[in-house]
Order: sequence, then C-alpha cells, then structure tokens
Amino acid sequence: MPEIASRESHPSVWDRVAASQEFKNLIARKKRFIIPAFVFFLVYYFLLPILVGYAPQLMARKVWGNVNIAYLFALSQFFMAWTIAGLYVRAGNDFDKRSRSIRDEALKPGDAEGDGKQ
Amino acid sequence: MMSPSLLMFLIFIAVTLAITYWASKRSTGAGAYFAAGRQIKGWQNGVAVAGDYMSAASFLGIAGIIAFQGYDGFMFSVGWLVAYLTVLLVIAEPLRNAGKYTMADVLAYRLKPRPVRAMAALSTLTVSTFYMIAQMVGAGALLMAGTFLLSILVLSHFHFSLSAFFEAVGHVTYHERGQAVVQDFLQPGLRYKPPYGALELISLGLALIFGTAGLPHILVRFYTVPDAKTARISVVWAMALIGSFYIMTTFLGFGAATIVGRDFIATHGGTNMSAPLLAQALAGNIFFGFICAIAFATILAVVAGLTMSASTSFAHDFWTNVIHRGVERKAGEEVRVARIAALVVGAIAIAIAILLGPTANVAFLVALAFAVAASANLPVIVLSLFWRRFNTTGAVAGLAVGLLASIGLILLSPSLMAVDPPTVTGAARHLIQAKAWFPLENPGILSIPLGFLGAIVGTLVSHEPTSEDRFNELLVRSNTGLGAETTTTAH
Repeated sequence: MPEIASRESHPSVWDRVAASQEFKNLIARKKRFIIPAFVFFLVYYFLLPILVGYAPQLMARKVWGNVNIAYLFALSQFFMAWTIAGLYVRAGNDFDKRSRSIRDEALKPGDAEGDGKQ
Repeated sequence: MMSPSLLMFLIFIAVTLAITYWASKRSTGAGAYFAAGRQIKGWQNGVAVAGDYMSAASFLGIAGIIAFQGYDGFMFSVGWLVAYLTVLLVIAEPLRNAGKYTMADVLAYRLKPRPVRAMAALSTLTVSTFYMIAQMVGAGALLMAGTFLLSILVLSHFHFSLSAFFEAVGHVTYHERGQAVVQDFLQPGLRYKPPYGALELISLGLALIFGTAGLPHILVRFYTVPDAKTARISVVWAMALIGSFYIMTTFLGFGAATIVGRDFIATHGGTNMSAPLLAQALAGNIFFGFICAIAFATILAVVAGLTMSASTSFAHDFWTNVIHRGVERKAGEEVRVARIAALVVGAIAIAIAILLGPTANVAFLVALAFAVAASANLPVIVLSLFWRRFNTTGAVAGLAVGLLASIGLILLSPSLMAVDPPTVTGAARHLIQAKAWFPLENPGILSIPLGFLGAIVGTLVSHEPTSEDRFNELLVRSNTGLGAETTTTAH
C-alpha cells in the first residue's frame, strides 16, 4: 500500500481532493443520510425522559396487563436504534464506493503525491 | 473440601487466564500492542467493543439498579444502547480513517500537538480511572451466556408467561425503615423523584448518549480495523450484542426484585450482587459460581482495556510526544513506559475503589465516567472533525472546562454532599457533610454544554491560520481514508 507523502513535501494533495466535485458529492451524500438520522434519533430518544419526567400520568397508562406506555416506549428505543443502524449500513456501501474512487484517483501513478517516500 | 461454586469459579478463571496468555504471546511491537496490527475483522471488533462495554457496571450494576429502583434503572439500559448511534453516525468511521492510536492523534493533524496531547492525556487518564473504579467496586462482571441463561431461568420461574412476569413486577414487596412497602416496579419515579426527577433523567440521557463516543477504550477499538466499512460493521455487531443484553436486563433486574427481593439483596452484599444472588436462588451454588466467574473474567477484560487506553495515552501522547517532542529515543521505550503507566493507573483506581467501599452502585459510578467523557472528550473530537475554524486554544479550553465542570459538579452533587443523621456511619456517610450545591446526581445537562462552550469561546478568542489551512487534510482523510495506515508494516 503506497503511503501519502507528508504535507510539507506536497502541500496540495489534500486541498485538491477537497476541492474536487467527486469529494463534494461524497460529503453531500453523507450529510443527506447522517443529519436527518441523527436528528431523528435525538428527538426520539429525548422524548422518553421528557415524557417520563413531565407527563407521568400518560406514561403510567397500562396497555397490556401490567405493562405501561413508559416501558413499551423504552423498549421501542432498542428497535429504533437497530433500524437506523441497519439503514446506515445500507447507505454506507455507497459511501465506500465513492471514497474508494476518490482514493484511487488521488493515488494514480504519475501524480507526484502518490508513492512518495518509503 | 472446596465448595462447588468456588471450584467452578476457579476453573473458569484458569481457562480465561490461559487464553489471555496464549493471545498475549501473539502480539509484539508498538503497532501490535496499541492497535492490534490493524487486521481485525468487523465481527471480531464488534464482539470486542461489546465485551469492553457490557462490563461489571452493566451486568452487576444494572441488575442491581433495576432490582432496587425498577423502571428508572431500565433507563440506563436504554441510553447505553442508543448511544451507539452517536458512535456509528458521527465518530467511528472518521476516527478509523484519521486516527492512529489515541484521540490526540486525530487532533494533532491540525492543532499544535504538545498542548493538545498533554490535555488529551489528562482527560483520558481521568475517564479511564473513573471507569476502572466502577469495575473494581463491582469486583466481578459478565456477558451474554450468563445473562441469557439467567433470563431463561427467570422466565421459567414464571412458567414462560410474560404477563405473569410483569404482573409480579407490579407488586414488589420490601421493607423501608421497618415498614413493608408494595411497589409497582414498572412505574417510573422510584429513583428520580420530583422536583428534579425530570431534569435528572434528561441529564443522565445526555451523559449516556454523548459519553460513549468519548470513552477512550471504546474509541481505541476503531483505530484497529482495516477500513471504514469494517468500523461500521463492527459498531453494528456491537449494537446487536449490546442491545440484546440490555433488553435482557429487564429479566435480570425485575427478576431479582421479584424472586430474590430487595431485603435479601440488601443484607447479602448490596445492589451489585443482585444478578449472582438471582442465579443462586434459581439454580443453586454451582450456577452462582459460574455467574461470579464470568463476571470476574469480564472485569479483568475491561480493566485490561481501560489500563491499555490510559497507558497508551500517557506513553504515546505525554511521554513521547510532549516530553520528548515526538522522538522515540530508544526502540521499545514507548511500550515500556505504557506498561509502567498501566501499573500506576491501576493502583490509583484500586485505592479509590477500596476507599469508596463495596456499597457504591457500579452502574451509577459508570454513568459519572460517561458524563466526564461527554463533557471533555466529545466536544473536542466533534469540533475538530467538523469545524474549520477550530484551533488549539479551543481544544485545550474545551478539554479543561469539560473536565473541571464535570468533576466539579460531581463533587458538589448529592452523591457526595449531604447531611447524614448521626446514625449513619462508615462508608455510607457522605463525604462532605453539607447541603449539596448542585441538585443533580449526573452533571451532564450542565457540563456538556460547558465543555462545548469552552471549546468554542477558546477558539473564537484566538487565531491559528495553520489549523484552518490543515482542515482540508483532516476532512479528506476522515471521509475517504486516503493516507491511512492499513497494516502494521506501514507504520
């Protein structure tokens, strides 16, 4: 595996990649998944302590035998987490493909930045 | 004649030590010592993360906290799994792509290395020591097999009827100040009562959700994998294991409350012994020994992981890079310093654990370690990865303010400050006999924003053009893995 030369000898490689359209597309793709997923999980998670703390009567309502809404809501958090994780793994395959092509592009032989030292 | 539970315990420990010895002979050199040679597979790393995480605190502490405080204890379980979404979505892949051995390596791409490394080493040592205290107070922890067996046994006790189980959870009887009390353990409010109950829950939630992504011994697991995909897959494996485990804490905790009972646990070792006592009640002494042994082995593993990350940070960040300005003078010196640091950190944690005594609930102690990690480490990692303007002053200020705020608020909290009646003696007495200055047990709700604020203000009052110039390098590295080490040989 070739190593990227240090920033002193080739200051431009990072800036060049960062400015490329391919890289910008990768970041945009990531944001489109990660930001909504992150916001959703924060809201869903913090609804639990907020409702338990400020709407105790609602949460204490029993829905199945002795099982109340508070417990079911807490349990649902596990499935929420697993679902988001699963969706992210699916989205991640696309990120991998894109970042591999950016790496290959940057390391192409002929580019001075490629197999510098070692 | 040795008792069957002790025999079971000793056999299990001997096997564990043998495996550990065999595994240790396979790793040599700095790259192998610190980052497992970067050749680990996703599922292996996932199991390792889960093992590090579901420690004494989880198994012993959670069972106890649910057995004594019902639903409110289960809130710890929920937070500890959901927290992995922060790890998965925000931290795992950038760290794998940009990191080497420690958190400070990531920061050092764009910031001035010496002040940042010194502060990061301090913060890592603090979080590790805190966490290790919890492991040692527990003195025994556990994993999936034992939890699963215990859950099945609890269910069989109720003839595999969930409704019968939850019915029993609705009428838990115990004694308080000589009075018999009957409580519905599924109702919230047994631990967190008005007027601050709601804020406590939110503060705890913040510490758990953001603390995991700042735990040094969990972070270090993501420097060990070959690529971003493996980092991602390993978090998902960890989430599957950890989630199943925490769902089963329902049976451990409520099972101990209904089958063993608070009164019995309180007089036979306290909250941390809930799960082993449940095992004893359901399947006798051999199973009790088995559960204790798994618990103990898990503790050994976690303490090893923590000592490792603490000593790595000290040796790599502080010794080599701060004191000797990045020059390793003799080959192998860094590893030797790491080993000595491991010994010292371990000794400090043992001393504080003995001081605290066996009555402190380990789940609660761990939640405090999470608060420190969330307040000091997380803001700096996140801002460094995502904020172009961020700089060295900001990093040092963020780490310092987060560390001071979380530790300070814990010192001023009701956990350490209260006025005890003269009848309370010994380890049960609060350290500071005065009314608590800060009303919440967990400082997260205040200390996490303060950590971020420190980092942001520190950044804004100073200028560091090189940090902004180098942001592109970190941005490209963390998003594509370009230039990352892939095997030990590249080091």
